[in-house]
Amino acid sequence: MATRTRYAPDKGLTVRMTATMFLLGLVFVAFVALIIGVMSAAHVSAAGIVFVALIFGFGSAWVSLFYSDKIALAAAGAREVTPQQAPQLHAIVDRLCALADMDKPRVAIAPTRMMNAFATGRNSKNSVLCVTEGILDQNQPNHLTNEELEGVLAHELSHVAHKDVQVMTIASLLAIVAGLLVRFAFYSELFGGGRRGGNNNQAALLIPLIMLVSAVVYAISFLLIRSLSRYRELAADRSGALLTGQPSALASALVKVSNSMQRIPTQDLRKQEPLNAFYFAPALKLNGQGLGNIFSTHPSLEKRLDQLAKIQRQLGEVAPDNR
Amino acid sequence: MGFFDVLLGRTKPVQPKLDDLFALPSAAVQLQAASGFTPTGSGSVCFRAVEGKTFADIQKDVTELLDMDAEKGTALPVEVTRDSYGFTWIVSNHMSDEMDGLVTDLHAVNSALVDNGFGPQLLCTLVAFRDDSNRRLGLVYLYKRGTFYPFAPVNERLQQRDNAIEIQVKGLLSDDLKIEQDLARWFPVWGAPGL
Repeated sequence: MATRTRYAPDKGLTVRMTATMFLLGLVFVAFVALIIGVMSAAHVSAAGIVFVALIFGFGSAWVSLFYSDKIALAAAGAREVTPQQAPQLHAIVDRLCALADMDKPRVAIAPTRMMNAFATGRNSKNSVLCVTEGILDQNQPNHLTNEELEGVLAHELSHVAHKDVQVMTIASLLAIVAGLLVRFAFYSELFGGGRRGGNNNQAALLIPLIMLVSAVVYAISFLLIRSLSRYRELAADRSGALLTGQPSALASALVKVSNSMQRIPTQDLRKQEPLNAFYFAPALKLNGQGLGNIFSTHPSLEKRLDQLAKIQRQLGEVAPDNR
Repeated sequence: MGFFDVLLGRTKPVQPKLDDLFALPSAAVQLQAASGFTPTGSGSVCFRAVEGKTFADIQKDVTELLDMDAEKGTALPVEVTRDSYGFTWIVSNHMSDEMDGLVTDLHAVNSALVDNGFGPQLLCTLVAFRDDSNRRLGLVYLYKRGTFYPFAPVNERLQQRDNAIEIQVKGLLSDDLKIEQDLARWFPVWGAPGL
């Protein structure tokens, strides 16, 4: 029997995401080639700097991957809740996980008035899904309905299913190493400059060169990572909407959460900013459209709503027979 | 999910497994003989309705189809309810000894959704049992896993379930049904219609 599906993958999104990752890979390869070049020039101080930066870079990536759940929970001040403490929330997550056939993540609540949610953890077994008290609060004037909350949770579960923490950590590795190299090269210029003898001109050139290239690599990979992050958000919106079959509930949740974000005092926002990349909607908005968008971790609200409207139309059509 | 699906951030919606449902009638006989739990004759299919008219039409067609049996007098009309989580339950009521007819009804709902491309929306199916002291038991079939698990609610408000009965039933039926081995997936369906 032919199984019909109306859940065709979004080709445009796939192409854009592939292109972004290809460019990141390209920058990475070019960067590694440079490092090997430096190593083969066999200048001890330059090679040493690169080596230390690599160790630090991989070390911090490893730590952030393995402790991402604990770090994010601690940063948000969240506590895990049992099904007895939050039966409603657990029931929604239970049903979504059964629909998606995935392991149920741990569930946590963060004590902040802001309306938001995030999911983190290196794999489905070690994931935690965290919502704020604000998003659960039924007394707020603009509170989320059960269906809208379900949409938000489905979006977050999609991040877990897509292994976004792993993908983004690996993607950020290059930027971390490049950023460290800039810093180390700078310090070695500051403190190591006096010790160089007259026959050491090569090193005097090499270290500023490393610094310059690293800075360029850092800037390019930073932009690529941000655009990758925006595509992953769109992908999570998409999977979340298809999972619940209610794209418009997710869309209205997006509007409500984004609106509530603008009313919150700045103090709270600044404190939440480091967690931005994990959140359902960004806690800190860059002003201005256009250029501001290429630095942001989340796509603009309009883009996200457009995509959901498209999915809504697809779900209403007669099923094409494309497995 | 494959490597490329992770890389490209896409999930293939999970198609339901339908065939194992037909093991229910013989399992019900076994359960009745070994534990005294008899089918109440009611069973339900739970799914997440998709917004829009297409899905609403399919749902209407399938309830009309099932109600045709009721007009002939061989079964009771189906009930359609929506729970507080936004999931739809189609409840079919038969005589307690008509397990085959009940499973056929439930399967009609499944195949209507699958044939129209909405298979991934199916959550679970539930068949209700009761024993002489009026204790309730539901056998829940998880479409995505193709497995069953028992759910024995004691008190809805306090969210108590009788784990002893559930474990006992798991043991009794492990030869007849594919029982879900991961206990974390035995999620409670409080207030499920028909239970």
